[in-house]
Amino acid sequence: MHKLIRRLLGAVPVLLAISFLIFLLMHIAPGDPVTLMLGDNATPEDVARLRGELGLDKPILVQYWDFLSRAVRGDFGRSLKFGEPVLKLVGERLPATLELAFASLFVAITIAVPVGVYSAIRHNSLVDHAGMSVALIGVSLPNFWLGIMLIYFFGGQLNWLPVAGRIEYGIEIKSITGLYLIDSLLTGNFEALVSVAKHLLMPAFTLGAALAAIVTRISRSSVLEVMRQDYVTTARAKGLSERAVIWRHIVRNALITIVTILGLQLGALLSGSVVTETVFSFPGIGDLLIQSISARDYKLTQILILMFAVTYFVVNLLVDFLYSWIDPRIKF
Amino acid sequence: MFSFRYLKIWVGGAILALLVLCGVAAPLIAPRDPQAQTLEDRLRPPRWSENGMSAYILGTDNLGRDMLSRIVYGSRISLMVGAATVIFAGLVGCTLGAIAGYFGSTADEIVSKVSEIFLAFPFLLIAIAIMAFLGQGVGNLIMALMLSRWVQYCRVVRGEVLSLKERDFVTAAKALGARDGYVLFHHVVPNTLASVIVIATFGMAIVIITEASLSFLGLGVPVHIPTWGSMLAEGRSYINRAPWLTIFPGLAIFITVFGINLLGDGLRDIFDPKLRRQR
Repeated sequence: MHKLIRRLLGAVPVLLAISFLIFLLMHIAPGDPVTLMLGDNATPEDVARLRGELGLDKPILVQYWDFLSRAVRGDFGRSLKFGEPVLKLVGERLPATLELAFASLFVAITIAVPVGVYSAIRHNSLVDHAGMSVALIGVSLPNFWLGIMLIYFFGGQLNWLPVAGRIEYGIEIKSITGLYLIDSLLTGNFEALVSVAKHLLMPAFTLGAALAAIVTRISRSSVLEVMRQDYVTTARAKGLSERAVIWRHIVRNALITIVTILGLQLGALLSGSVVTETVFSFPGIGDLLIQSISARDYKLTQILILMFAVTYFVVNLLVDFLYSWIDPRIKF
Repeated sequence: MFSFRYLKIWVGGAILALLVLCGVAAPLIAPRDPQAQTLEDRLRPPRWSENGMSAYILGTDNLGRDMLSRIVYGSRISLMVGAATVIFAGLVGCTLGAIAGYFGSTADEIVSKVSEIFLAFPFLLIAIAIMAFLGQGVGNLIMALMLSRWVQYCRVVRGEVLSLKERDFVTAAKALGARDGYVLFHHVVPNTLASVIVIATFGMAIVIITEASLSFLGLGVPVHIPTWGSMLAEGRSYINRAPWLTIFPGLAIFITVFGINLLGDGLRDIFDPKLRRQR
């Protein structure tokens, strides 16, 4: 446990540096937020008054200190665009992004790991070449284009799936966790479950496709590497069945690399959600970020970017600790 | 000579060379001015479709602009931004990585701490953050992408330099009286080039997708410059009425990135001894 605390304490300076960089970036950005809020017709007195009210007339370090001291008390201020507390807006949207991220991860893992492992086991076969070619195509597909094409075929032409939102208009869902799939299961609301699943399918596939492609390639090369290790030859020599050799000795050891890549790619998944949510008008944090940028809501933009960075950091930390569970030889 | 061993390099290289040619010779290849609007011909489908016109091979957009010409000109921005980012990010990353790895101590600590900060951000988010605050523009875009990519080069070069500086040829060069700067940039850094070329190739593919993503989100280059990402964003509203507005720019991005990835794969197969063993 003390290792975890040490890692968390070590993260504090990095997170402080990140928050300061974002703060600095906001202040060197062209365009005064006060003028943007009041419009071009505002008098200099009005501008000066609002600057004072928002604390923008103070030196930058003082402003940063004010921001930090409010942040540790959970006060991140109000959004300039929505007029609501930033934390409330984030709280409302975060479950949608998490649900999308987990669904994409599920899509990626269920496609990538079996294909990667099978390709490696049958390496240089037709299946292997086909798998790797599809993976190369997957890595090269821009996910927003894939999303638009899915919308065109499955939404527009075939009319099979809804193209926007999280749930069909008119279907009520009782929010418990904010994750609609879980909530509809917990409340036994199967109408909502089907609607949520249909709404999630295309965004999750869009976001998960590139990750699936990357993980397929990594899984294959990682399994190939492990297959050449002496302990695999030993396992075979002592008469273990091929199934036992593959699952107990090869796949388990290859998992370390796969988990590392999945962890590293989770950040890409989170930032990729910005684009995917925009394509599908999915009401998550990414969509909120683009709305805040378009409205020049610097305060909300700043917090959302910081939040993405913190989430990325925490996920990477968790992945580090997951290693020791997968491979007990790794100690922290 | 042609060899199947280098098939990926040949195909990927050919695609990239064709695209570079397309970008450089855009005024000669593009049938029309990419900005010229012919409102009476707006939303014309591609030539081979019903209502298609032979004058517009890939059709026209909502303002009657020729899609083929816009796609040809769009390659300029994608390739220019991609190449500039790879060069600048490579220069900054390799220099810092080489200095950190070779000299160690304080230099290494500073570079490692700064890298850690940049690694704490997903690169697309760094680019979004910078573009959100600095605004649209080719210069801002290259800077945003460069700041989000340099750390990849830095990490790899630092790691390689750490191992290379202990090798006999470095000791020999020093014994002959060569200065540290000379040894580093004449003997050590050139030995990291194989890895750098592979990262740069894959990096270029990533940068092109990121640039298109940013332009799609309205955070890339100004709207009056035709880019594949902004064409996709504009065409999205007409997806059911005029699907060619999104299909062709997307295909252009896909083919470019596919070609570069293929080239990167081929180069990695040659340079990485571990992968050579796997084949």
